[in-house]
Parts: sequence; C-alpha cells; structure tokens
Amino acid sequence: MFSEISEYFRTEALPHIWCPGCGIGTVMQALVRAIKTLQLDQNNIVVVSGIGCSSRMTGYLDFNTLHSTHGRALAFATGIKAAKPELDVFVVMGDGDAAAIGGNHFIHAARRNIDLTVIVINNSIYGMTGGQSSPLTPHDKRATTSPYGNLERPLQLLAVAEAAGATYGARATAYHNQLLTKVIIDAYNNPGFSVVEAVSQCPVSYGRRNKFKTPADMLRWQKEHGIMKGRQEIGDEEFLIGEIFRAQAAEYTREYEKLRQRLQGGER
Amino acid sequence: MSNARLMQGNEACAEGALAAGVRFFAGYPITPSTEIAEIMAEKLPLLGGTFIQMEDEIGSMAAVIGASLTGAKALTATSGPGFSLKQENIGFAIATEVPCVVVDVQRAGPSTGLPTSPAQADVMQARWGTHGDHPAIVLSPASVQECYELTVQAFNFAEEFRTAVIMLMDEVIGHLREKVELRENLAVVDRKKPSVPPDRYIPYVNDESRIPAMANFGEGYRYHVTGLTHGENGLPTGKPEVAGKFLQRLTHKLDPYLDRIQRWEEVELSDAELVIVAYGCTARPVREALGAARREGLKVGLFRPITIWPFPSGEIAKLGGRKFLVPEMNSGQLVGEVERIFGPKNIHRYNRIDGELITPGEILEKIREVMA
Repeated sequence: MFSEISEYFRTEALPHIWCPGCGIGTVMQALVRAIKTLQLDQNNIVVVSGIGCSSRMTGYLDFNTLHSTHGRALAFATGIKAAKPELDVFVVMGDGDAAAIGGNHFIHAARRNIDLTVIVINNSIYGMTGGQSSPLTPHDKRATTSPYGNLERPLQLLAVAEAAGATYGARATAYHNQLLTKVIIDAYNNPGFSVVEAVSQCPVSYGRRNKFKTPADMLRWQKEHGIMKGRQEIGDEEFLIGEIFRAQAAEYTREYEKLRQRLQGGER
Repeated sequence: MSNARLMQGNEACAEGALAAGVRFFAGYPITPSTEIAEIMAEKLPLLGGTFIQMEDEIGSMAAVIGASLTGAKALTATSGPGFSLKQENIGFAIATEVPCVVVDVQRAGPSTGLPTSPAQADVMQARWGTHGDHPAIVLSPASVQECYELTVQAFNFAEEFRTAVIMLMDEVIGHLREKVELRENLAVVDRKKPSVPPDRYIPYVNDESRIPAMANFGEGYRYHVTGLTHGENGLPTGKPEVAGKFLQRLTHKLDPYLDRIQRWEEVELSDAELVIVAYGCTARPVREALGAARREGLKVGLFRPITIWPFPSGEIAKLGGRKFLVPEMNSGQLVGEVERIFGPKNIHRYNRIDGELITPGEILEKIREVMA
C-alpha cells in the first residue's frame, strides 16, 4: 500500500479478492489518485458499483460506498445524485455489468447527461463467473461460452455513450495508468455524464484462453495497441486512448433545480 | 375547515406519501398505478423534492433506494408486471435495510393478464417475491381513506424498521372515488440517526432493538452498503457465524414489534359462528353481505387484516371453534394462512379469477351454503 493514498482505503477490508495479475487494482489506484489530486472531501464522495469483480472495489474504498445489484449501478447512482446533487458520485462497473445487463441504464443516464463520473473496467470477459463472453469480448476471441471463438461483434461503448448524449468520453488502460488518472480527473471536472473506459486485463479467465501466457504479456499488448488519439491510421486490434469526445449539454440535476426555483417563484 | 375531498385511491395514496414527508419518487408508467407518478411529477418539484421517470421498473426501484440512502423518503408505484421486475431490488432494500415504500396496485395476471381488471393475486408475491429469507411488511387498504392513512403508516414502518414496505392496493381501490379526510395530524416517524460520532458508528450493529441507526450518505459517516451478506461493520463476509448472526437478526427483526405492526378490523365477531376473513376490495362486498345475512338471522362477522404480512395469526387463532370463509380475487392465497392455524377443516373458500368483482350477492349465497 502506498502511504500517500492509504487514507482512502478500508484497510480492514484488505487483502482484496482479485487474482494475481488482475488489472482492477491498478484502476482502483488510478481512481484514488484522481480523487486525491482533486482534493475532494472524502465525506462527500459516493462510489457506486454493480456486481462482478470490478464492483468489489467499493468494499475497499473509504467513502460512502454502495455495492448494488448486477447492471443497476447507474440507476442507483441516478437516485443518489438526483436526490442530493451536492454529492460527488463515481460509478464503477465491469464490461458485462455496464454493457449487457446494465445497457439500458447506461443509455438513459447518458441521455439525461446526469453528472456522474463513470468508470467501465473493460477486461473483455465475465471474470467472477469464470470467463464467459461479454458484449465487449472481441470478435473471434475465446471464452467458456464462446469456446469456438466469439461470433458476435463487440459493442463500441464510448460511441454508444456519445450517441446517447454523454458529454465526456475517454479511454485508457491499466498499462497507461497515469493517463487513466488524468482522464478520470477530466471526467470528474466535466459537469455531466462522463465515461472512462479503462481497458484492463483478466489473465485467469481471458488471457489463458487467448494466447497470453503471463499478465505482463497482456500489459504489453495494452501498451502496443493503445494508440493516443490523434493518429490517423488505426491498425487491427488497435484502439484509441485519451480523450475520445467532449460535448456541451444541459446537466440533469441543474435543470431540475432550475425547475424547482421557477415553480417556487410562482411560475408554472 | 374540513379537509374532506372526493378523490381516487391512487390520489389519496400520493397525498398520504406527501403527508409522510416523501420528497423523492422514481417510477415507470403502468396502469393502474400511473396516477400516483403523475401527481408526484406535478407536486414534488413544488415542494423542493424530486420526481424522475426512469427507463424501466428495475431502475425505478434502484433510484428509490439510492435516494433513500441520502436521507430522502422515497416512493415508487407499479402494478403486476412491474412489481415482478422490481423484486430483485426490493430484496436489496430489505437486505441492506434501506427504508422505502413500494405501491403495487394489483391487476389480474399472470403475465400481462387482463389489463387492467382487478385481482388480488400478488399476495404471495408481496410476501415471497424476492429470493431468500426475509421479513416483510405488507399493508392492504380497503377504502380511499385507508389509501391515505396507510401510506403514511407504510412510511412510518419503513423508517422505523428500516425495510421496504409494500402498499398492496388493487385496481378497484386505486381507481375508486370516495370521500377522504386528509387529516394533517397523523404521526410521522423518521429513521433513527446515529447517536455516536463516526469513528464509533457500527452501521449494522446487532443490538437488542434489532434495528440499527442509519446514517445518510454525505453526513460524515462513511460506510459500506452491500447486498452481500455482511457483518455489523457492513463489509461482506463468508464466515458462517457472522452470516448466521446477521440473517437471524434480519429475518426476525420485526418479531419484537408485531403488536404494533399487525392491524386488523373486526366487525360483529363476538357472537359470529362464521368468520369471514377478507381484505382489500373484497372486504367491501363482504361488509354489504353481512347486513343481509344478519337480517336472515345468520351469525356472521368479518375479520379484515389490514396488515396482511406479517399475517395476524395470533388474533385469528383466538377465533378457534368457528367456521371460516375466505373470499379472495385469486385462486386461494391468504386462505392458506388461516389453514395453517386451524388445518383445512371448516375453512371455506370463495374465489373469482375472471377479472370481475365478487358481489355481495355471491358472498351472501356462500354464507347461506356454509351455514346450512
């Protein structure tokens, strides 16, 4: 444990449950470093998660934390933020959690542009249940439920977020963890629905079925395939990292507060 | 000045929620409960509260729990299919002990059923709809007046006992218009707040009261809320001794309070040879039939459970030795609870499941048959 961030952890809840070589801890550290850099009030922070490996993160963090139900983290977070907008609300989900069972909430939270800072940890697999394919599993890759290779195409989650009305989208990886911290800070600072896709590695359930011999091989793959936004040509299996989109739109809780004030002023 | 008004059951329910201090509503349109959402959409922003129409029923239940964690009294309303969708998160609210109220205006099922004819077929779902062992408080209004008063009561129970409380209405009561007195002096209960500083706060403490004090998010008491079985510190555990202790408390948390939770109405029971156990909309034709039966010299009374869960078994047990008739707009759900007390002998059923109301005439005929 790094002493400069230990104040943000429930040390009594550690050690964590994640497998050796898992990238979720790296993402957790990036989130905590972002919060430290932002100098946010620990008592005012809520972190909401769904179900899955990634969602166990909330148990380890010393904030107001809510480990909710599978796919529903954004709906719980919407209730929290709408009822008490002064809270700083972060949401952590996995790729299956956010894009499959939680897909509807993802679209509509983006549409409302409600001020949530969302981190989707994308390890391309359902880890906790032992390696089933998710909507973000790349085409042809193997999983226990796609033993002959994934026939489906992966969802472009950030493109969906942008199309649905989110006002900030970025991508980084467990390897590019300093960039990850930076984009989480930028996501927080954007007053609206902000999504960070954190590409991560699951050596146990994904790597060993897809020709990655070691966790280091997976991090090397992230290093070599994550291309800083700006380059024109993107090769096979490469993906953009950095800030992917940014937009301007009214934020839900601020609009609702305007409505309250208008009504209390006697206007209907 | 009197506060007497003519209104619908659903309207009275919304008024009751506001009287209880509700400041958050999340919902999704579904007949026959939608009026509650519409009223909340209009009134909550005027009162400084928040209404949000969510993308689905599941999200509505989730948003209500989230809002309650920040301290808001929060409500959602739905009907059959929507009630099914909410079940997982209702279980989450019960397990994490987050106060909230869910209105289910019952309609005829299963599935999409007979939209939107009345039924009383969600009685068992209201008790056991979510998976796992858990406590349940379910209230059943039989008039518009009760829609108002029991909604306040539902919130009082939710806040005091830290659980999800179900207002089990039905289409008839929800859409019925009758006189209601919007009494303003009803007692309103708020959740117990921690009396210790944050460093001494044990969020799921297992003490004599069985109901831990609840800190709201953002008030300096940082703690963990999880649907995983947790210890007193709120953190997940796989240890049988910790899990067992938590589940014992959770499943028995209402036991010391049954006297205050269980409510019922008794009509002409003292000399009754036949006791009719009826609730919700079905209690109304029974009340009508009682007068006619009495005029025929038939000694009949009504026991009307208002709290249907926890079922007032102790009170009904005192009526042993008499005949029972349990009319329900389902194929026989609450009757099982009466049979559990006395066995099936002398327990009669009357059931309608075609979307039509049970009439006073049908009840009277059944009374004659049973007492012949």
